[in-house]
Amino acid sequence: MSDKVYMVPNPIMPGITVRFDPEKCSGCNKCVEICRTDVLMPNPEEGGPPIVVYPDECWFEGDCVGVCPIPEAITLVHPLNRTVVMHWKRKETGETFRIGMKNPPPPNTRPALGPPVA
Amino acid sequence: MSSWLEFTQRDGRIPEYPYPIRYDVENKVSADVLVLGGGIAGCHAAIAAARKGVKVVVVEKGNVERSGSGGSGCDHWQGVCTAPFSKVSPTEMAEALHKNNGPYDVGFVHYIQAKESYDTLLDVEKMGVQIRDVNDEFKGAELRDEETKIMFAYDYENKHTARVMGHNMKPSLAKELQQVGVKIYNRVMATSLLTEGGKQGARVVGATGVNVRTGEFYVFKAKATVLCIPGGGRLGTFSTELIGAASLFPCPLNTGEGVAAAWKAGAELAKGGGSSAGSGPFKYVDYAMGNVDHTWHACTIVDANGKEVPWVDRDGNEIKTVSGRYYPAPGQKFIISIGQIGNSMRLSQRTDWPAFYENRWPWLTPDLAERIKKGEFVLPLYADLTAMPLLERRAIFGLMVGNESKSRYPAYYVLTKGGFDPDKDMLQAALFEPDRYPLQAWNVGVNVPQWREYGAGGLLVDWDLKSSLEGLYAAGGANFGGGEHAGSATNGRYAARHAVAYAKTAPEPVIDRKQVEAEKARVYAPTKRSSAGLGWKELNAAICRVMNDYRGSVVHEKILKAGIDLLKDIRETEYETVGAANPHDLARILECDTFLTLGQVNMHSTIIRKASSVILGCNRLDYPEMDPPEWTKFLPMRFEDGKVKYRELPLDFYLQPPYAPTYEENYKQHCLL
Repeated sequence: MSDKVYMVPNPIMPGITVRFDPEKCSGCNKCVEICRTDVLMPNPEEGGPPIVVYPDECWFEGDCVGVCPIPEAITLVHPLNRTVVMHWKRKETGETFRIGMKNPPPPNTRPALGPPVA
Repeated sequence: MSSWLEFTQRDGRIPEYPYPIRYDVENKVSADVLVLGGGIAGCHAAIAAARKGVKVVVVEKGNVERSGSGGSGCDHWQGVCTAPFSKVSPTEMAEALHKNNGPYDVGFVHYIQAKESYDTLLDVEKMGVQIRDVNDEFKGAELRDEETKIMFAYDYENKHTARVMGHNMKPSLAKELQQVGVKIYNRVMATSLLTEGGKQGARVVGATGVNVRTGEFYVFKAKATVLCIPGGGRLGTFSTELIGAASLFPCPLNTGEGVAAAWKAGAELAKGGGSSAGSGPFKYVDYAMGNVDHTWHACTIVDANGKEVPWVDRDGNEIKTVSGRYYPAPGQKFIISIGQIGNSMRLSQRTDWPAFYENRWPWLTPDLAERIKKGEFVLPLYADLTAMPLLERRAIFGLMVGNESKSRYPAYYVLTKGGFDPDKDMLQAALFEPDRYPLQAWNVGVNVPQWREYGAGGLLVDWDLKSSLEGLYAAGGANFGGGEHAGSATNGRYAARHAVAYAKTAPEPVIDRKQVEAEKARVYAPTKRSSAGLGWKELNAAICRVMNDYRGSVVHEKILKAGIDLLKDIRETEYETVGAANPHDLARILECDTFLTLGQVNMHSTIIRKASSVILGCNRLDYPEMDPPEWTKFLPMRFEDGKVKYRELPLDFYLQPPYAPTYEENYKQHCLL
């Protein structure tokens, strides 16, 4: 980040929608090509991760995540006003959890049924 | 580093628009069959046409590989009535859907689906979609047919709706499109239909389009056109502010350009005066909250203390076992498929709606709201997957939520990676007023009567799925009866057969240059204006405001007429000030022009029917009588000589002369198989 402080408007809502891990992303832009509403624009720097220019046009269906050939290079990030009420309760213990909690439980690894994307 | 804000603050540079801007380029494309819209209906239409050996072009605003409402997956496939295991005949299914969806349901569209759904399912299997339990993950389960290994939803006795692992449905269709030689134009938004001599009401000879990335223009010339672009969204309770385009359940690209184009070309539209409840930006992540409907059907529901909420059959008798929830009640022939009904879903819970009784599905006890208010059941409610038998649990959370449109990543993986385990955990349902739990789908959230979503109906079609314009066919959400996955797929194929038959003997289409120039002027007008002022979102919100105020839940003719004038005024005033920063922006602005048209169509449709209607979602102060028989008919509407004209058509016109009196006979005569 530059040392300069710029005049910037409030972050648009919904804010993030899709987060790229620049270490993992190869800049192949498959996600850019699949996104129905062109939320993502290719990075002017070749090999750089796409830029989320239109998060307000994101449908949050995750086709970008689905088409990405590198695991964990993209993460779908629902708007906070939605994740903050995604809760569950462990039947045996009554313990409650939510998306975005501090100290979340370890991720479950069971895959969805059906073949991976053709 | 992901967002535009992060990038620009890195060193104070705004990135340049990445695609070449080519507003001055015009592409000319010819085809035998032009398919507008590359969603489920469009892909099946294009494949069917290409297999007949004709030259086919598909025009798609997004990318066919994942576009449309069915783009990111499919978990159930409805109406497999001709399968060896199904106990429901196509006629029985069409009649039941017609009865249960209310009088305006278009029976023949469902009949076509019920006749061809199973064959189409086998077709997508050949394209690479997993429709059977090939890994025997559900061996021995009630939900699986042992011989075919096909799995079922809703009614295990009658087996008319299959559960499928359709996450890769669209990529499979896209691959098939390539293999059969369809020419695909991705990122091209259809903007108008072209007609013979440029005349309204004449034969359709093609369409125009604009590239949403480069802004270049397309003139498509075709012998026959299949319109597979559904009616509009973003008219009504819409805002991107909270949840972006997820404010809409269907694909956000479904903005109704096709219906608007058909209207302007002079085609007859029907069912244009409808509205449905919509909570817009207040919706929850679909299928990612505790739920009891559709994809989550028959899940055990418990309260905050773990007390189970009883399930009852259509007669109010408690169903004691989980298994019992998937079978018809004593004396009931079969349970209707829940996904078909959509808007009418909650009406079916009303005991004063006798038409629904026959095929009504079981649900939670109807006095749930009172018992919550009395304190017997304590909120929040939970979807208790742990209480479901293992294979039912896997079916809901691994199969359905893992494959339904918009649920594998947003619901299944967000929850799974967050640590949710259906073997141990109960998923909390959304919190709202107790009275609302029986009245709406639980993912919808706050859903007050004033918040509506408006469409403009669809094209009136006949047994050939032909519109009122020569050379124009309509399938999927584009016609007045369609929508829904298997319905769109089957109707797409059927319409294509007719388009091909027509194309084989149709005269050469001739494009009217003046019509093209007029359309180009409309399309590019926003590029000639400064983009420094109002953006498309402000315009969209203003149009929504007009719809909600002037075509709200309670209306009368004076208000509707004022609304029509106001929309026209907005087009001549504020719309004229909105300029496009780039082609992406241009597409969004042109969509607003579509909303101005569709909003007027909805209001005209509403005025014409001098009655209120529960089914259509219309309360008229000037004509308060609900659904009187003399107004319970189709009122196909068209634009001609600057005026809106309409005629009357009985609701069962497709079983009246000149057609045969039964679905079966008509299908035989019209199916072209």
